[in-house]
Amino acid sequence: MSDCCTTATVEVASTPRIAGKIQTVALIGPPNSGKSTLFNRLTGLRQKVANYPGVTVEQHYGKLSGIDRGDLTLIDLPGIYSLSTHSEDARVAVDVLHGKMPGAPAPDAVLLVLDSLHLQRQLMLAAPILSLGLPTLVLLNMSDLMETRGGEVDTLALAQELGVPVAKISAARGTGLDAIKHFLDKKSEPAAAKPRLELPVVGNPRSYRQWATGISTRTKYKAPISSSWTRKLDSILLGRVTGPLLFLIVVFGVFQIVFSVGLPVSNAFQTLLNNAGTQVGLLLGHGWLESLLIDGIWKGVSAVLVFLPQILLLFLFVGILEDSGYLARAALIADRVMRHIGLNGKAFIPLLSAYACAVPAIMSTRTIENKRDRFATILVTPFMTCSARLPIYMLMIAAFIPNKKLLGDFFGLQAAVMLSLYVLGFLAALATARLLKSSILKASSAPFILELPQYRVPTLRSLGLRLIDRGTVFVRQAGTVILCVTLVLWVLSHIPFHADLPGSIIGHIGQWIEPVIKPLGFNWKIGIGLLSSVIAREVIVGTLGTLYGADPATQSLNLQTALRHDLTLGGAMALVVFFAFAMQCTSTLAIVRRETNSWRWPALQFTYMTVLAYVAAFATNVLVSRFF
Amino acid sequence: MALSELKIGRSAVVEGLLLPDEIQHHLMHMGFMPETLVRAVRRAPAGDPTVYAIDGMEVALRRETAQWISVRESEEGSR
Repeated sequence: MSDCCTTATVEVASTPRIAGKIQTVALIGPPNSGKSTLFNRLTGLRQKVANYPGVTVEQHYGKLSGIDRGDLTLIDLPGIYSLSTHSEDARVAVDVLHGKMPGAPAPDAVLLVLDSLHLQRQLMLAAPILSLGLPTLVLLNMSDLMETRGGEVDTLALAQELGVPVAKISAARGTGLDAIKHFLDKKSEPAAAKPRLELPVVGNPRSYRQWATGISTRTKYKAPISSSWTRKLDSILLGRVTGPLLFLIVVFGVFQIVFSVGLPVSNAFQTLLNNAGTQVGLLLGHGWLESLLIDGIWKGVSAVLVFLPQILLLFLFVGILEDSGYLARAALIADRVMRHIGLNGKAFIPLLSAYACAVPAIMSTRTIENKRDRFATILVTPFMTCSARLPIYMLMIAAFIPNKKLLGDFFGLQAAVMLSLYVLGFLAALATARLLKSSILKASSAPFILELPQYRVPTLRSLGLRLIDRGTVFVRQAGTVILCVTLVLWVLSHIPFHADLPGSIIGHIGQWIEPVIKPLGFNWKIGIGLLSSVIAREVIVGTLGTLYGADPATQSLNLQTALRHDLTLGGAMALVVFFAFAMQCTSTLAIVRRETNSWRWPALQFTYMTVLAYVAAFATNVLVSRFF
Repeated sequence: MALSELKIGRSAVVEGLLLPDEIQHHLMHMGFMPETLVRAVRRAPAGDPTVYAIDGMEVALRRETAQWISVRESEEGSR
């Protein structure tokens, strides 16, 4: 989806800095300590949050309007263990903190967020942060969890030890935020002289450690008992047999649910949208306006909109994966396979989140320390089946594949075809990564060091917000990009005036490219669809809706029936295979350009994927036509 | 002995790390510090990597990394 992943950033006005006054506040802390959850609380924005280390990979800005300090800017930063880190995301955090990031205001106060469940270790970061000399407030996050699990700490003693104020908060529940407001209100006045602090030697983890241990002993920190059910759950989910088995059952289940629940809902939705179109059409009477609004735009836009239920189901599933903490376990299970390919198990996390959208997945490769590993992961990520492929897959499968039962009610043929397309994309990603790692991106792989977060039950609020955000983006895309494309297509298919569809401009363009795509089993309408889907994959469904709507022969049919009359099974399967491999997404190309800092990589990626898509679609058409 | 040889369910005390500085620092910040108690919790379904409990956290390491962390077995925390 072309703009599904742009993040809302707030323009930061370049107000002149006033000495001693706070204008910009930075959120800093170790990975997965809850900085972004707090950021969302304090600013009212919705940055992505999930339960694994390394969700935030670049800085985000917001106004502190959640605590009535809209005059102050808050910066959310990627998590760091120390100030001497080497991955791309950590470098961003350190640069912003030092005021070395071009375009980013240097922070003049720091909110240090520490996970109070692991305070002793997290305190190590306090030493380098405090030595920056900025006004700092230490926030002990998840303090509610710490206390219910029997942990405790003397915050007053801790404040004395650190020489800065300390507050217990819970970002998830929104408790303790008053302390932040109080701190900022007080510190906005010119700063008083700060007491001198005994800090350990800079850069030496051993001395940081001794310092942190000393402090946690003196402040009577008692670590909470780690929840026993994370371990119990892991003994099943990471079990030798049960682990992989449950993984498969979950995957099969999801695909079946997308069909058995998603498809009927989607069909009902389609009937509703069609009826609405017909009703409005009756009001408009016959004429060019009805043709433009109903046969052109409405058929195109609604053809895409009907897939909203399935898209939401998919995002719900990815959301549960990310919020529960399972994603890190999946990386652990996959490490063995990834190692054979020459990649690190950590590369599996971006690959799995690419099931939603490749753009944030490519950004999240910043957590991979080795640059060549990172580039290889970036290059193969678009092979993962993103949600923008779902509409065309669902459309073609529902139109051409009979709904036969394979494993009783649990798993049907339609879901099986869908699953094979996902597997196909995944295998292409693995094979390509292997190819890259044994040729142009050869390098010894970086060590695999992965923190396993504790399992958490995803909150309804967090899942709900995700669904609302992604749903809005999908609908907005249908209302903007797809609306424009269908409008242009309708106009081109009606010029010259009174010509039939093959005689129109769009017909001529289609017939001109038809020889190229004929071997794949595609007709010229599919060809126009392929051209338009270079913008974004789901656009093809809108295009087909408009083209079949504009053709008098198929006008009265629904899109599935129209396609069944117009394509062979070979051509239909070739089309979905083409989509499994082809790089049709301008946003992904743009983000690859940005992350690799060169046009060479996206150009290579586009060429490789298009050639692969063409060859694979050709083979599919030949094979399916011969055997079915 | 090397951490990679530690049996599942057994605990040991970290003695030292023989890894490049960058990796060593990263591991130390995750808790792999001399004189810290570490326990082998479980292996991934494929037998590698292994999950270690250290400092109240669970961290997964491959054998190729864990073999460069020297430990001495300890009865404390073992079962």
